[in-house]
Amino acid sequence: MTINIENEKQQDTAAEVESSRRNFIFGSVAAAGLSVAPGVMLYQTANARSLSDFSLKDGASSKVRWGMLVDTSKQVDWNKCVEACNKEHGLGNETNSRDDQKTQYIRVVDVTNKGTGHSMSLPVMCQHCENAPCVDVCPTGASMKRADGIVLVDRHRCIGCRYCMMACPYKARSFVHEVLTDQTENTPRGKGCVESCNMCVNRIDNGQEPACVEASDGAIVFGDLNDPNSTISTLLKEHGGKQIRADLKLNPGVHYQGI
Amino acid sequence: MKKLHFLEVEGNTKGFYTFLGLFGLISVIGMLAAYYMEHNGHWVTGMNNQIIWGTPHVFAIFLIVAASGALNVASISSVFAKTAYKPLARLSGMLALALLSGGLMVLLLDLGRPDRLIVAMTKFNFVSIFTWNIFLYTGFMGIVGIYLWTMMDRPYNNLTKKAGMAAFIWRLVLTTGTGSIFGFLIAREAYDSALLAPMFIIMSFSFGLAFFMLVLIGSYKYTQRDLGDYIVNRLKNLLGVFVAAVLYFVLVYHVTNLYSADHRGITAFILTDGGIYTFLFWVVQIVLGSLVPLGLLYGPTGNNRTMIGLASVLIIIGGMAQLYVIIIGGQAYPMHLFPGMEVSSSFYDGVVASYSPSLPEVLLGLGGFGVTLLLVTVAVAALKFLPASLADAVADPHSK
Ligand code: SF4
Ligand code: SF4
Repeated sequence: MTINIENEKQQDTAAEVESSRRNFIFGSVAAAGLSVAPGVMLYQTANARSLSDFSLKDGASSKVRWGMLVDTSKQVDWNKCVEACNKEHGLGNETNSRDDQKTQYIRVVDVTNKGTGHSMSLPVMCQHCENAPCVDVCPTGASMKRADGIVLVDRHRCIGCRYCMMACPYKARSFVHEVLTDQTENTPRGKGCVESCNMCVNRIDNGQEPACVEASDGAIVFGDLNDPNSTISTLLKEHGGKQIRADLKLNPGVHYQGI
Repeated sequence: MKKLHFLEVEGNTKGFYTFLGLFGLISVIGMLAAYYMEHNGHWVTGMNNQIIWGTPHVFAIFLIVAASGALNVASISSVFAKTAYKPLARLSGMLALALLSGGLMVLLLDLGRPDRLIVAMTKFNFVSIFTWNIFLYTGFMGIVGIYLWTMMDRPYNNLTKKAGMAAFIWRLVLTTGTGSIFGFLIAREAYDSALLAPMFIIMSFSFGLAFFMLVLIGSYKYTQRDLGDYIVNRLKNLLGVFVAAVLYFVLVYHVTNLYSADHRGITAFILTDGGIYTFLFWVVQIVLGSLVPLGLLYGPTGNNRTMIGLASVLIIIGGMAQLYVIIIGGQAYPMHLFPGMEVSSSFYDGVVASYSPSLPEVLLGLGGFGVTLLLVTVAVAALKFLPASLADAVADPHSK
């Protein structure tokens, strides 16, 4: 599928983008249910700001490194991101699994400093590590990193050994504990395989932003870390950012401000 | 020393069929349990997204670790040229293969997709230690197989030493590989220790020999063959040394962890406030699985076969407890996303994960033991693994 957004060079503000997106999402859900047809996606893309370099014409490119910047100081309800993710990927459809067996791609973590009593919340998903331990340990190569830095599981190759879950320092992965029905078209999931946040690769390849970013009221910025002029790089350059457990030297693609 | 004479175990007896039936039944139940878990998905188990590897892994890793240890007796005989152990070398090699088969079966059947075995055997990621382990296991099977052949086929006897050496080196690498599966888990405090791999090696000595001891005493008892004190005493003394060595390693492991700020949390968890893990550590691993067996082996009961057998059983139970604490306790202890901070989430961040083994998991694990013992039973009847007699007159090189 080719996406004709090459000439889109609008410079919308983040807020405008967000509102146009949300409107679109609600509209499309009402009109077409969850399985949005490719054509409809296209319409959304064209309405958004310039996402030309998001499109996947010749496969993932190593020139790009997708990343996210989460501003934890923004007073947003992170649960909205969780809901958007669950909806996008059709999560939460387990019928037998216990709560500790259910899949979560993104979760809200509350952090309290025992010394000062200061607390805050932040969303944590797969951090899309550059030196991803989950990729290194996977015996079959099912756990892989695309050239553009997105880490995901090829669920047709995964044998369900769960070694990647043992290796991930961020508890980012879940194991599918039961037969799943009622799945979304874009995120095939299967009993006995491991899964995790794939940065909404289906959306990115369609020129859209990840679902959590869209639902974050601008508190999560998505973009190309390799492009010094991208919004994310500029923000990181101006205000800095931190990676969770940076001491592990995995160089995650997800950065945070205010932690 | 009289001439050594190997003989198959008589297969057409009630005793033989009883064992065959018993071990076969345990194996079949294990496989049915695996089918049940596989058919439904892992939600029917105690495992979850926190305790990712459960009871089957405890059994599987025990069997795999014991497999390499069971080869010790053969190695001592061929590599270190101790003739006293020569009569037992065949049994030792065969037991190693049987244990490895049992362990691998459990590991395989606990996969989320055991039906994709072919993927695991054809698509390799050579960065992964898991991949290397697949080669280490299959290589071990091949090398020990050849080693056994050189022992059992007279024209090739002169190659035994070389094959034994290869098998010895391979088994050290294999156990290092098994231990390293955990060594690569950087974010989990329990496993982040250079001592883990050598500790696995010494554990393998102890677990493997305990299992060997049980099979030896058991098979000679039930076939009414002579088993003299000479060989049994040598083995039991060796077993005691191995148990003490594991104890020493465990001590060093925890003491060094106490001195490292990064690992103090997990150590305190295991040693003092880890609930079931603390209990398993002190009561089962240390007291029942180490101190009591040492007393039984070296105390006044040291010449009593039943007590030596009991000590071996306790060492095995203690070893299982040790692996349970390492594998499951190590996962139950929370990972630190923000070291020093208090964290909580819907995904059980910051809390000790709960896990209780489900029946099918335990049955699958026991099935691994079943398969191992079934293979041993068939093997001793089919081929000449056991000397017809190990009476002191035969086994003791100094006896006239
Ligand atoms: S966060 Fe975990 S799952 Fe994601 S890339 Fe890093 S190690 Fe892999
Ligand atoms: S569970 Fe799947 S993706 Fe994870 S390491 Fe095993 S084969 Fe790879």
